Amino acid sequence: MHKTQSKIAFVAMIVVLVISACAPKVEEVGGFQIPAIEEGKFNIGMVLIGPHDDGGWSQAQYEGLLYVKENVPNTHVAYIENVPEGADSEQVFRALARKGFDLIFGTSFGFGDSMEIVAGEYPDTMFIHLTGIKSNQKNFGNLMGAMENMKYLAGMLAGARAKQDGETKLGYMATFPIPEEVRLGNAIALGMRKTCPECTMDIRWINTWHDPVIEKEAAASLFDAGAYVVFTGADTPAVADVAMEKGKWGVTYDWYGSCKVERCLTAPYWVWGPEYARITKGVIDGTYIPGWDYFDAETGALGLYGFMEGQSLTPGVADLDPAVIQEVRDLIAQMLAGKFTRFDVFKGPINDNKGNVVLPAGQSLEQVDLDAFPEFGLPCSIDVCMKWWAEGITAELPE
Amino acid sequence: MDFVVILQAGVASGTVLLFATLGEILAERSGVLNLGVEGMMLIGAMTAFSVTIATGNPWIGLLTAMLFAGLISQIHAFITVTLQADQVVSGLSLTLVGAGISLVLGEGLSKAGTVSLMPNFSIPLLVQIPVLGDIFFKEQSVLVYVGYLMIPLAWYYINHTRPGLHLRAVGEYPSAADALGINVYRLRYFYVFIGGIFAGLAGATISLAVSPGWFSELTTGGQGWIAIGLVIFAQWDPFRAALGSYAFGALRRLILDIQAPLTLFGVDNPFYYNPYLSFFLQMLPYAFTVIVLVIGSREAIRKRLGAPAALGEPYIRGERGK
Repeated sequence: MHKTQSKIAFVAMIVVLVISACAPKVEEVGGFQIPAIEEGKFNIGMVLIGPHDDGGWSQAQYEGLLYVKENVPNTHVAYIENVPEGADSEQVFRALARKGFDLIFGTSFGFGDSMEIVAGEYPDTMFIHLTGIKSNQKNFGNLMGAMENMKYLAGMLAGARAKQDGETKLGYMATFPIPEEVRLGNAIALGMRKTCPECTMDIRWINTWHDPVIEKEAAASLFDAGAYVVFTGADTPAVADVAMEKGKWGVTYDWYGSCKVERCLTAPYWVWGPEYARITKGVIDGTYIPGWDYFDAETGALGLYGFMEGQSLTPGVADLDPAVIQEVRDLIAQMLAGKFTRFDVFKGPINDNKGNVVLPAGQSLEQVDLDAFPEFGLPCSIDVCMKWWAEGITAELPE
Repeated sequence: MDFVVILQAGVASGTVLLFATLGEILAERSGVLNLGVEGMMLIGAMTAFSVTIATGNPWIGLLTAMLFAGLISQIHAFITVTLQADQVVSGLSLTLVGAGISLVLGEGLSKAGTVSLMPNFSIPLLVQIPVLGDIFFKEQSVLVYVGYLMIPLAWYYINHTRPGLHLRAVGEYPSAADALGINVYRLRYFYVFIGGIFAGLAGATISLAVSPGWFSELTTGGQGWIAIGLVIFAQWDPFRAALGSYAFGALRRLILDIQAPLTLFGVDNPFYYNPYLSFFLQMLPYAFTVIVLVIGSREAIRKRLGAPAALGEPYIRGERGK
């Protein structure tokens, strides 16, 4: 009797040992589980600042990653979510590189410094940083797209909405005072002034990319201060949810699925898949040269919800002045054809909100201006680079 | 910038802090420091949202949340009261346990969509009081009104009832309470449970009323820690706790609204001209918590502030002196 029992126990122990030996080992770094690579495949890792199903920025990134898996043969993809910016992220990038990932996407501005450091340590791994400003032009590249185009069009729609309903105030919930957020805010204001010359736009800084609770509070702050249409620069569709409560309008961002509720006017959004696939193929072939890769709308990587193929207008847009809707449609057609670009959005005459001329008629901003403040020391074509607010914005930037 | 709007929003979001602080006051009054408030709040927020989705009834969600958070708190009671282990360590672990459980069980809840929420309404007559009516009685959530009732009730219970006397006795001089026939262990278990129930209510107030939804650990965003700081600031008194909670709730909104006006009190508004200053404002509640906790960790100061004399000390029956 005792013998059988101990035999069973022995067999059970062996089984447990075999199972545990076969189970994939999960490595943990700083509380984050580092996924495994698949041998013989081209391994792509992605580091997300929020959850992969956040209904906004990170979800759009995640879907881009899945697109690569389906469309580029012999690739393996993995992601790590909810990684805070700063020192924690450095460990995560290092662990991914050590694990053997060939290409690593970091999808938040604040990952830049960490990626630059780790890229120096792992020269055979390619690091692509989204939304940032740095590159080492060897294995640490920067990627961004001309979202200003779609924000400009959304600004036109929001201005038309406000004008039609006898309102004159818009709101923009901005994340951090960096060139990207200022550029997108300016694009909204330029569009707004095109359809509603008397409209103004209020700003709230929230100092976070992803915090649904703070995003809701900031949206409420803007609506309560009189804003009729509120734009978000952060990751979740909070503005539209609050717009429902207030009976006003929100413009969500990042992901085509973010604009679901009735009070969502539209959403400028990203379609990362094709761009990620292009870069992945280029890295596999050895033809991709990292640097400052900035795509425009003709790549198909940018969208405006309600206006792209297969979509129908949202209820808030459908009853706008048909002339405005047609103009937006025409501009999208030109953008997709590569005939209207970011340099047409930022084309003079443009004045700032203090009455100074930023760009005289006929002159356009140049690429370097889009992502720089004067203190970066880059050779901007105008003295202020992107450090100015367009006419109609009721806010200031520090000297 | 409209102060009435700021205070109105502040009372709503301050209700979260109010519940958490009142619960912690009751637990600490019995002599048990529970640093697990943040974890219990997350449990409450997740449970309330999840059960409301499943049943369609926010009241069932609310009650389940309070019960679940209360049960989780009993881990802390068992470790500190029965096993007489260190309250600080156990409370910190409770935060980790609560966060872990709520993140695992809440997986996928963030995209669950809209649910029926706690009702908002105005109180007739009271709403007509100038200014105060707008701030306190206009279109607030039912939980905000529950909060108003809890403040005097908690105060009266602690200071003017027989069970309240027992509660204070257990927190101030447990061996004397024991000699009088009060069951110190049972009461400490009970008030840790009550603290858990309040923390669960605080979490549910976020996910069903103030900021509807489940956003993993960002749902509470450290408010449980602020509540622990507020207990010391409030000197274990419900009315002062209410003052602090509503003030901090209003600060959350002030940080945003203060960015709008061109001038403040006749001078250029620095928060309009320099957006970087908003970082500083956002830091304030947490800086306050750190400062208060540092001050409160000095025993002499804590005593002078009116802390329960036996706070943080396990009661061991038959040991002398305590």
